[in-house]
Amino acid sequence: MYNFEYKKAGSVAEAASIIGADADAKLVAGGMTYIPTLKQRLAAPTTVVDMNGLGDLAGISVAGDTVTIGAMTRHAAVACSADVAAAIPALADLAGHIGDPQVRNRGTIGGSIANNDPAADYPAGLVGLGATVKTNRREVGADDFFIDMFETALEQDEIVTSVSFPKPVKAAYMKFPNPASRYAITGVFVAQAHDGVRVAVTGAGPCVFRVAAMEAALSSNWSADAVADISVSADGLNEDIHASAEYRAHLITVMAKRAVAKAG
Amino acid sequence: MTLTVSMTVNGESVSADVEPRTLLVQMLREHLGLTGTHVGCDTSQCGTCVVHVNGESLKSCTMLAVQAEGADVTTIEGVADGETLHPMQQAFHENHGLQCGFCTPGMIMSSLDLVKNNPDPSEREIREWLEGNLCRCTGYHNIVKSIDAGAKAMRS
Ligand SMILES: Cc1cc2nc3c(=O)[nH]c(=O)nc-3n(C[C@H](O)[C@H](O)[C@H](O)COP(=O)(O)OP(=O)(O)OC[C@H]3O[C@@H](n4cnc5c(N)ncnc54)[C@H](O)[C@@H]3O)c2cc1C
Ligand code: FES
Ligand code: FES
Repeated sequence: MYNFEYKKAGSVAEAASIIGADADAKLVAGGMTYIPTLKQRLAAPTTVVDMNGLGDLAGISVAGDTVTIGAMTRHAAVACSADVAAAIPALADLAGHIGDPQVRNRGTIGGSIANNDPAADYPAGLVGLGATVKTNRREVGADDFFIDMFETALEQDEIVTSVSFPKPVKAAYMKFPNPASRYAITGVFVAQAHDGVRVAVTGAGPCVFRVAAMEAALSSNWSADAVADISVSADGLNEDIHASAEYRAHLITVMAKRAVAKAG
Repeated sequence: MTLTVSMTVNGESVSADVEPRTLLVQMLREHLGLTGTHVGCDTSQCGTCVVHVNGESLKSCTMLAVQAEGADVTTIEGVADGETLHPMQQAFHENHGLQCGFCTPGMIMSSLDLVKNNPDPSEREIREWLEGNLCRCTGYHNIVKSIDAGAKAMRS
């Protein structure tokens, strides 16, 4: 690991001013992606700005039909939250299947979505539920937040502060996990969301995406059969040692069917 | 540049001068000589480095030592009661829950966190909990048996 300066942020504003003034100063949240990146010498920050002291960014609140999760909320806290389980059980289920218990004890929702790993689970949950990302500057709808592989709408000095999830009528997430890391080789989140049916796919492509044909089919007939014959083209999908693009395309339909069946 | 980091490790106040990049596991092993906590990978996947920080299990290879400033840390060296093994350690011993033993400290620290929240875990719950602990020797079966027996011993 290259050396760096360490600064524990006392406030979001302080963290934003440090990373705003220096493009090579970087935030660390749970560190579950960033510290391995540092260890591999894939990053050489001047300063690491630690967000772990920002207690007001951690926590879950429910107001009416909206569940709001602070950026520093650990995956384990979402997975165990009675409020999330009551309002959006699919989201608690998604969080409870990220990585392993020790990753869930540290990793945060803010870090996960800011990182936008193509195989991360939360992007499917945010897009599948039509969530809104709040930052220190503005609100961004999930559909506009995730831009491309490891790329989001965040500006250099922008910090995710929370994510708000409108409660769906019903929803479920199914993933085909990588057997070693549990990242999604392909994961599909389906929902009868506040603004209609949503089908969001992670792991298969460079970035989370929606499948309009499946959304239309499920809008008129909410059943696994409705998506059974809808296939997504393998063009542009990810290909690696774990799965070919064709295999991932096939998994989208299989996981979508299973997710609809799971949602009931 | 070094920073002075202070924390409680296995009930004792300790401090060390470390670089910002020093990992918690390096501070434990290299500065404090607590070599029971192992390093088995550089991808945060193997779990041989699991310790408890403020009562929760985490991977000490994926936390900076400075981030543990003021924390209460427990390592495998801190679980036995003098010469008497902790019931979970005893259960690994009795159930042949290890072969080379490299993964064992992490397995035990992880399983203690499981049992804290779930005193009577099912076999499936034990297997799922061990997602972040790799063993290259045993095939896991005797580890699962050990944790089941250790949890039972801790209940009684
Ligand atoms: C073994 C292993 C298995 C895993 N398995 C899975 C899995 O199955 N599914 C899954 O989805 N993920 C998985 N992960 C990743 C895990 O979910 C991480 O928690 C996540 O990728 C990053 O969150 P973090 O809080 O650790 O962020 P960090 O690693 O601290 O930061 C990641 C990036 O986000 C930036 N950042 C952090 N917080 C903010 C913020 N509030 N605003 C703006 N930028 C911010 C940082 O600067 C950094 O660039 C796994 C990780 C490991 C090590
Ligand atoms: S050394 Fe492998 S997870 Fe920490
Ligand atoms: S006993 Fe050898 S790695 Fe587990």
